[in-house]
Amino acid sequence: MFKKILIANRGEIACRVIKTARKMGIATVAVYSDADRDAVHVEMADEAVHIGPPPAAQSYLVAEKIIEACKATGAEAVHPGYGFLSERASFCEALEKEGIVFIGPKPRAIEAMGDKIESKKFANAAKVSTVPGFLGVIEDAAHAEKIAAEIGYPVMIKASAGGGGKGMRIAWDASEVRDGFERARSEAKSSFGDDRVFIEKFVVDPRHIEIQVLGDAFGNVVYLGERECSIQRRNQKVVEEAPSPFLDENTRRAMGEQAVALAKAVDYQSAGTVEFIVDKDRNFYFLEMNTRLQVEHPVTELITGVDLIEQMILIAAGEKLAIEQKDVKLNGWAVESRLYAEDPYRNFLPSIGRLTRYRPPEEGRFGDIVVRNDTGVTEGSEISMFYDPMIAKLCTWAPTREQAIEAMSNALDGFVVDGIQHNMPFLSALMRHRRWREGRLSTGFIAEEYPDGFHPVEPDADERTMLAAVAAFVELRRCRRLGSLSGRLRPATAEDCREWVVRLGDAYLAASITGEGEPNAEIAIDGRKPLSVASEWLPGEPVWRGTVGGRTVEAQLRPRLNAINIAWRGMSVDAFVMEPHVAKLERLMPKKAAADTSKFLLCPMPGLVVSVGVAAGQEVKAGETLAVVEAMKMENVLRAERDLTVAKILAKPGDSLAVDAVIMEFA
Amino acid sequence: MKDVLKELERRREIARMGGGKARIDAQHARGKLTARERIDIFLDEGSFEEFDMFVEHRSTDFGMEKQKIAGDGVVTGWGTVNGRTVFLFAKDFTVFGGSLSEAHAEKIQKVQDMALRNRAPIIGIYDAGGARIQEGVAALGGYAEVFQRNVLASGVIPQISVIMGPCAGGDVYSPAMTDFIFMVRDTSYMFVTGPDVVKTVTNETVTAEQLGGASVHTTKSSIADGAYDNDVEALLQMRRLVDFLPASNTAEIPEIACAQSTSDTNLSLDRLVPDNANKPYDIRELILKTCDEGDFFEIQQSFAKNIVTGFGRVEGRTVGFVANQPMVLAGVLDSDASRKAARFVRFCDCFNIPLVTFVDVPGFLPGTSQEYGGLIKHGAKLLFAYAEATVPKVTVITRKAFGGAYDVMASKHLRGDVNYAWPTAQIAVMGAKGAVEIIYRKDIGDAEKIAAHTKAYEDRFLSPFVAAERGYVDEVIMPHSTRRRVARALKMLRNKDLQNPWKKHDNIPL
Repeated sequence: MFKKILIANRGEIACRVIKTARKMGIATVAVYSDADRDAVHVEMADEAVHIGPPPAAQSYLVAEKIIEACKATGAEAVHPGYGFLSERASFCEALEKEGIVFIGPKPRAIEAMGDKIESKKFANAAKVSTVPGFLGVIEDAAHAEKIAAEIGYPVMIKASAGGGGKGMRIAWDASEVRDGFERARSEAKSSFGDDRVFIEKFVVDPRHIEIQVLGDAFGNVVYLGERECSIQRRNQKVVEEAPSPFLDENTRRAMGEQAVALAKAVDYQSAGTVEFIVDKDRNFYFLEMNTRLQVEHPVTELITGVDLIEQMILIAAGEKLAIEQKDVKLNGWAVESRLYAEDPYRNFLPSIGRLTRYRPPEEGRFGDIVVRNDTGVTEGSEISMFYDPMIAKLCTWAPTREQAIEAMSNALDGFVVDGIQHNMPFLSALMRHRRWREGRLSTGFIAEEYPDGFHPVEPDADERTMLAAVAAFVELRRCRRLGSLSGRLRPATAEDCREWVVRLGDAYLAASITGEGEPNAEIAIDGRKPLSVASEWLPGEPVWRGTVGGRTVEAQLRPRLNAINIAWRGMSVDAFVMEPHVAKLERLMPKKAAADTSKFLLCPMPGLVVSVGVAAGQEVKAGETLAVVEAMKMENVLRAERDLTVAKILAKPGDSLAVDAVIMEFA
Repeated sequence: MKDVLKELERRREIARMGGGKARIDAQHARGKLTARERIDIFLDEGSFEEFDMFVEHRSTDFGMEKQKIAGDGVVTGWGTVNGRTVFLFAKDFTVFGGSLSEAHAEKIQKVQDMALRNRAPIIGIYDAGGARIQEGVAALGGYAEVFQRNVLASGVIPQISVIMGPCAGGDVYSPAMTDFIFMVRDTSYMFVTGPDVVKTVTNETVTAEQLGGASVHTTKSSIADGAYDNDVEALLQMRRLVDFLPASNTAEIPEIACAQSTSDTNLSLDRLVPDNANKPYDIRELILKTCDEGDFFEIQQSFAKNIVTGFGRVEGRTVGFVANQPMVLAGVLDSDASRKAARFVRFCDCFNIPLVTFVDVPGFLPGTSQEYGGLIKHGAKLLFAYAEATVPKVTVITRKAFGGAYDVMASKHLRGDVNYAWPTAQIAVMGAKGAVEIIYRKDIGDAEKIAAHTKAYEDRFLSPFVAAERGYVDEVIMPHSTRRRVARALKMLRNKDLQNPWKKHDNIPL
């Protein structure tokens, strides 16, 4: 076994590998760029080596620097994590040359499978069912257009070297192919240092289901069931689960066996994932094989009890797979939510900054429930614009899917993140979405269910009552505490804190405290039967945990001017609690409209101006490109929302802009 | 007997209606509340005791003897805010446009006198058209009487002005002499001379909002300390502010039960100061994580944002926070920031509110506009304010404390009581580059030598230890323990007794 390994990655996956290595008694070496000097993975590792400036192309993607770091520290093997160098055969070869073990498949397998064009040729040969597509090298946009026409629309344009959603475009007509081809190519180049792209048929309404395989150096390959990753936004996975609510035993076996056949065909020796798309009749097509550990591997670990990283290390060390196919049992249900630093209310644009508060839910086993949170950040960490915006992977496990989802809802409710915008409200809303709960999924789920983007969940009448009761409880505690203020003319009495009106959005609800108010408060909302509200909450605490009318509630509170914002189950409501005589007057106050910003093009997220496509005085039609801003490796095209004339340009390429910075003014 | 009681009720009823229903409705239509409605929101329910409800003006010119309304355009009295006494007056726009007559001014003077005599804060709510022209010089006299009382009360009891409508001409000077001015956006404005006079005199066309709206006074002139979207928001925030303030300069600091422990460490603060010395961070986070429950009432939030000032509590007792803000102009001290902080420091010193200062300051802002604008004397105001302050002063240097600005920011030499530094602190006469170029002028052409000198300078001087070796810093502390350290220091300083030499008053460089 290795004595010391190096993890050629950052963030949560570096932390994840270090955890297993430590469990196995292996010393660890982290690498870090300037931006990650204080990162958690650097603190966790036994040693850390600096490998360059923040851009990945100058640090995490530079094979020579990783090899140097291995030599300097005496690391015998490298775990690449996912992304970065994890699927670069040349890197494995370079390591091999130096006598350093790559904890992953052999270069041959990576070459065969890692390149999506090659892998399809291979899959066809291994009699794995595949989607129609063009496997050759595409020369230019015109060529791409011709191929697309042959396959038939819609088509998908993808980076050959890519993974996830990076450098991926769907095109419904020739002009979109031309546009998408150029963009996919430039993103592929900037993200992976390889500008080859390929085109294939886009299956409508598919589900994304993938099979986890493990192979060793002795030709043994097993599959560890499937994961369903249909909840995607712009082809970026958001929520994954294992098993899939869609597969029957036969389909599972058929997919598993094809996956194993493919792995065997390339002499696959590590953990790998064979991705399929599955149509509504459970026909499945091979999509690609990821010759690395997947982001969503924890759900497989939770239902199989196998530590995939441990297996990868054992296999790389030349050990024989201890698991046979008959040993693989799928137990219970696991769900993973990916917490991203992106603003759900602004079309999920990246958000960067400091995590001024980061309080994940407690991990561990609680009765029938397991909560696991894979993360690479801690309170005070900086989310930079240089890397993937994923902050954490929150997983829950339970005996049934329903329980696992409920556990996820609860875990999300108690997960506090401040300082950046994040998708937690969206994840919470998803967890209560009926179609998700029923398991009727497709990769178009988010686009279909949230066609106009995401808005906070609107509370129904019962939920409003509940939120009003929480708000009144908070006010009760605040009001009672004010009774302790020194210098009062007379001591406060219980009668001082009795009646309020709670404004939730535009609704006004009466709240009255009946009884003593301690330790439980009996709160009647709008004259209905009083609810018993119990909580240990103290002023200043960000999470309100307690029960309302017998129901357990974990809601997040954030102070607002004269009010509190309550976030719970994807809802986000400002609660303004007033005494009734104040509420009467408050209703007289005019509603103020937000400032008119339609005259400006504002930078929607912090980022770098790549190009400005127009000049002052130019007339622009709706839909035309005004500027391109890059953030977190993604190019974001800012288009004109209406026909307009540009009055003034205020930003130039290369400018680093803050959110809401003015890029240009319109006439 | 019964008839007499009824008569009182009847008269009260009439007085409460002020200028009548039509004017009250008009006031509401403008998005404003009436004087009495405002008082109802500001004070604890049922605590208002009105004075001089039946006062009428005594003017007989221009037919004024025929127009008399009980109260004469201002509602005065006292009540409680969360149980604590406050005096107040609120201009009633529905009565003669809230204009000031001799009798009206006398009502204000009466509550001013009572507030001062009884040592409780006074709040003035403005929504008025200035002097009552019909009364002529009597109104002017009335103003001056009010001004005189403002000055006598200054530094003895807190005085707060809330501008909730027009406030022009003579009306502006009383607020100007109070401790704080708050405004309501879109419905209030303040100026000495209105748009009409401006047009006549300077031929400048300007709206009331452009001339003296809340945005002008919170961002440009710094006349106002804050602004709110409507009357209700403003008044509820005034309640919150009053909770922080002592009743007078001889009263105890208000204290409230505190829910948040001071012993918890806050590890996120160990990551607050970025590795790169030129990278900003938000000092407000440190304030929010130092004060109780993150409850911070910021003063002049929109003006001179390179320095942050405001009230918080530590272990339930009010503290004034002053902090350089690296997010804006690198936290540099310029004229505006110096004036803003100086005034805040002096307020705290007046009312025995301990000062907690967080320092990350690269120096004073260079340049002609600053020098021509009198940076020397404006900077001196802050220096003066800190130096004369006798309240407990706890200082934490988080990063840069360079040059004269180091001295100014509640340094040990200005009688700082407890001066801490984070390990990231750089207490030096200036940054490495500038220092090396002066000390090693002959080596400027030699990049290699300069780099070596710079490195040596950084290693030796850009740390808290040179200062700590001299005792200029009492202790180098872990960032995560800041709340605990500050709380302990403040506790130790509770009985601090320090007097300045007797003087009539000092001569701060105004």
